[in-house]
Amino acid sequence: MVPAGSTLAGTPIESALRRHGQEGRLDGDRLALEARGITKVFGNHVALDAVDFGLRAGEVHALLGENGAGKSTLIKILTGAYQPDGGMVLADGVPISLESPQQAQAHGIGTVYQEVNLLPNRSVAENLFLGHQPTRFGLIDRRRMERDSRAILARYGLGIDPSSELGAHSVAVQQIVAIARAVELSGKVLILDEPTASLDRNEVERLFEIIAGLKSSGLAIVFITHFLDQVFAIADRATILRNGRLIETRALDDLTRTDVVRLMLGKDVAFSGATKLEESRPLGEVLAEFRGYGRKRSVHPFDLTVHKGEVIGVAGLLGSGRTEMARIMFGADVADEGTVTVAGAAVAITRPTDAIARGFGFCPEDRKAEGIFGELSVRENIVIALQGKLGWFSALNRDEQLEIAGKFGEAMDIRAASLDMPVKLLSGGNQQKVILSRWLATDPAFLILDEPTRGIDVGAHAEIVRTINRLRDEGLALVVISSEIDEVVAYSSRIVVMRDRELVAELNGENINPGVIVQAIANHREASPA
Amino acid sequence: MKLISKLAIAASLVTALSSAGSAQDLNGLTIGFSQIGSESGWRAAETSVTKQQATERGVDLKFADAQQKQENQIKAIRGFIAQGVAAILVAPVVATGWEEVLGEAKEAEIPVILLDRGVDAPEDLYLTSVASDQVKEGRVAGQWLVDTVKDKACKVVELQGTVGSSPAINRKQGFEEGIAGHANLTITRSQTGDFTRSKGKEVMEGFLKAENGGKDICALYAHNDDMAVGAIQAIRDAGLKPGSDMLVVSIDAVPDIFTAIAAGEANATVELTPNMAGPAFDVLAAYLKDGTVPDKFIITESKLYTATDDPQGEYERRKGLGY
Amino acid sequence: MIRRFLGRLANPQVGALVGVLLINWLLFPNFFRVTWQDGRLFGSLIDVLNRGAPVAILAVGMVGVIATKGVDLSVGAVMAVAGAVAATLVVAGYPAPVAVVVALAVGFACGLWNGFLVAVLDIQPIVATLVLMVAGRGIAQLITEGFIVTFTDPVLIFIGTGSFLGLPMAAVIALVLMVLVTLLVRRTAIGLFIEAVGINRRAASLAGIRSRMLLMLVYALSGLCAAVAGIIVAGDIRGADANNAGLWLELDAILAVVIGGTSLLGGRFSVPLAVVGALIIQAMNTGILVSGFPPEFNLIVKAGMIFIILMIQSPFAVRLLPPGLLRRAASRGTEK
Repeated sequence: MVPAGSTLAGTPIESALRRHGQEGRLDGDRLALEARGITKVFGNHVALDAVDFGLRAGEVHALLGENGAGKSTLIKILTGAYQPDGGMVLADGVPISLESPQQAQAHGIGTVYQEVNLLPNRSVAENLFLGHQPTRFGLIDRRRMERDSRAILARYGLGIDPSSELGAHSVAVQQIVAIARAVELSGKVLILDEPTASLDRNEVERLFEIIAGLKSSGLAIVFITHFLDQVFAIADRATILRNGRLIETRALDDLTRTDVVRLMLGKDVAFSGATKLEESRPLGEVLAEFRGYGRKRSVHPFDLTVHKGEVIGVAGLLGSGRTEMARIMFGADVADEGTVTVAGAAVAITRPTDAIARGFGFCPEDRKAEGIFGELSVRENIVIALQGKLGWFSALNRDEQLEIAGKFGEAMDIRAASLDMPVKLLSGGNQQKVILSRWLATDPAFLILDEPTRGIDVGAHAEIVRTINRLRDEGLALVVISSEIDEVVAYSSRIVVMRDRELVAELNGENINPGVIVQAIANHREASPA
Repeated sequence: MKLISKLAIAASLVTALSSAGSAQDLNGLTIGFSQIGSESGWRAAETSVTKQQATERGVDLKFADAQQKQENQIKAIRGFIAQGVAAILVAPVVATGWEEVLGEAKEAEIPVILLDRGVDAPEDLYLTSVASDQVKEGRVAGQWLVDTVKDKACKVVELQGTVGSSPAINRKQGFEEGIAGHANLTITRSQTGDFTRSKGKEVMEGFLKAENGGKDICALYAHNDDMAVGAIQAIRDAGLKPGSDMLVVSIDAVPDIFTAIAAGEANATVELTPNMAGPAFDVLAAYLKDGTVPDKFIITESKLYTATDDPQGEYERRKGLGY
Repeated sequence: MIRRFLGRLANPQVGALVGVLLINWLLFPNFFRVTWQDGRLFGSLIDVLNRGAPVAILAVGMVGVIATKGVDLSVGAVMAVAGAVAATLVVAGYPAPVAVVVALAVGFACGLWNGFLVAVLDIQPIVATLVLMVAGRGIAQLITEGFIVTFTDPVLIFIGTGSFLGLPMAAVIALVLMVLVTLLVRRTAIGLFIEAVGINRRAASLAGIRSRMLLMLVYALSGLCAAVAGIIVAGDIRGADANNAGLWLELDAILAVVIGGTSLLGGRFSVPLAVVGALIIQAMNTGILVSGFPPEFNLIVKAGMIFIILMIQSPFAVRLLPPGLLRRAASRGTEK
């Protein structure tokens, strides 16, 4: 999109931004910020394992990785929000201590988050100077603040009134104000955490112009995003993390998209030849058909036909629209386009109860926020969807609940000291089994599982994969979203690939192999099945 | 029909209460009245009596209900000043913060009369204040009890008003002054009933249990009639006859206590008159006529009513006033 | 069976109630003396039941609301409205049953209004119910035209002051309501759904629970209970006092629910323990009345006692005690 620095050369923005340039600018080897051997442990989970990260002045450095890779932990350490358990952080080659966000700011490190965390009901000027207002005789010098603000905003190409309310402007403008504030206060390192997630295409371009300008003025920029196109458009180098380990730091010129996806997902290229070896089974009858099904700003319209006795794997990076797809299929969000037919009849699915009445079930990605009822017992967590289906007045009594919970708990091998213990005391894997049991108790025809194996131990993982296969053999239809490509390959009869909120490919037969999937995710032409 | 009878009753009451004479002097004048609100029956009665008094004297009364907010009262007073009224009556909701607006009235040469409550402001900012003497009310109740029990030993229980409120403090003090020097009278229990019927009943139940089922209690003194009405029910529930097994004296003279007095279940009440406006209009008329400056503090009468004072008739006279 | 019942009684709330009663006994030796008088039981203990009934009834309604992570600030005002409606109707000559039914319907409607604001318009419960808390008392004053509307209707007076099998009618009504509501929530799935919605509304929605209907129900039930309490309070003083009926009782009801072990963050709840919470509060009030403390100390004594009771129940205190003693009792208290 915007070649670094070029479109802004000679513009007011570029020259204005130049004042942030350090002497000896674009000294390629000098590291503005460096993390050496950073280790961070939460309980018995190693979030970061001796990770090195080097950031040069005058570069845009993409930080990439799937959920749980350790990106946000690393950022929190670099901004002083977390303290590392091992390793050190250096600025300009000198070790520094970052014990608070204020200290990070004092060392020139500023951060802008996806959700602009400024005060929308205060003026633009107040937001720019919050906590650092110019004072006169001990009082805030409003006039000077607004005059200075106007000058700063002009440098970023914003002609807005500094006394206007921040919330009155678009998210993009607010984002730029947040960047301006971070640069003004810190001025050396700028960390952008998913700044483009809620912007449209034009707004992204505008943001990129500003990033390019800041870069050419010598700022070191860390850029975090789920959109690979944007990485290749703006970033010079990329650091890829996976499961808390540093995988690679390379110039993007040396990498293809496929390489990046492969590194993020941990798929060896050699693997890509391995085609799924399983006799193709005949498809069962059609259970549900989604036609042109979509929701604005969430997921583009897609077509999907679901048959009995099949597992449809959904592959795609985080933020690719896969969760959004699952949510509208289940009625958790309302589709504003398209139709759905279940067992041949057109139906409307506008809320979960509609879907459940058709025999659907849904295990959400965020188990804690959307799946379990922490203080309720294992027993109650298992029976609740069935009870929801039965209604208020056909209550299952305690013995019936125990029988149902016992039956499904045993089938899923839930390890709980008692069915009456609060589910929050169970491990993640057992909680996931509880949620699966909850849906199995409703005798479902179609299950949508969003990342059912994320963050759970190996034993539970195997149990869940076994269950997926068993259910398919019993004639259920399943849609399973997963970042684990091997896993998707292992149990899917068909795979759909999501990218940029769009269903971009449907893979069958010999195309169900990691190489093809990675290429489809990465947007390589050969990925599309002929 | 109902309204007419209300008016008739009120008019007769007014004739009975007003000192007459200078009534025609205010005829045709416009006078503003900033009332606190209508938080109690007594307050409602004060409002209706004030309106009746005004009608009686041919005064065009501009009434403003402040709904318990001082800023509303200040607004209303400024409005009266702007309209150029002849005088302003204020029942102030709080004591402080009046200097400025009263100063404006003084500048406009509009006399201000405070009703029912005082303010913390220089005395030259208002013409006079008309209020009852709460200490005296308590003293009258105490004196009645002294006169009634004579030398007999008598344990008294006291139902206080809301803790810390000025009527509760003053009526307690007055009653203690009234019975001072009579060692046969002792206050054995004193608790707050928050000026409400239900709390009065609840607290009385506790007193009865604590004092041997009430057999040890000789008299009840309640800071207002509502608490006494509640307590009377509790006394009855405990198997005692209020009014004979136990004397009941309270303050305010609201209609319901006269029903109880008529039925022999209460013995005496001290009136807190809702007619603050009558004396106010009287001194105002004198002031406007020949500049007679009244006393700074005008105290209304604290009249005692007992079974001999035609309680049924008093009830009839009052029931239409909004208590 | 009996052991299970006794086991349920061994919880911090019942312990606190016994403790407060014992303190009362120390301050006033005749506290536990109950005599038979005019066909009814008479004594301080009976006063606790009788005077605690209105707050207990409010707590029965409030506990469901709080379990959904809500709160109903309007119950005191709804009491005033219901009392005003019942009193003005009987004074206007309508038969008492009509007055009672209309007053209950008005309370129910007030609750539905709250439920509508919370469930459909998605207004925060504290704000939504604040509307009626402020407006309700005004409505009650409009109905009574600012008077204390006194009545002599024997049925209404019986509801407030009568007795049944020697027990105060108010206490009997509270007990019946407690049992009915407990059965309603525990013999159906409503209790489970209330807890699910309170703990995790998003998960509840994904599990197929229609939280809107449920929220409307709990707020309506709270309004209905408030109306019952309002009729009792009016019957007790033979009059509807729009200014003072139920004043600040919403706070006592919330406190009763919290003492009863239900978290303001929603989730697990117990109707009977909320009633025990109301009795604890009333036992303190009655204790203060019979003890003879000067009234200036009322609020301090009450606050101090409540502080101690809440401390005993806090997770911090549970940790200090020998394992397995109170902890077991505490978990049993909330277990269904």
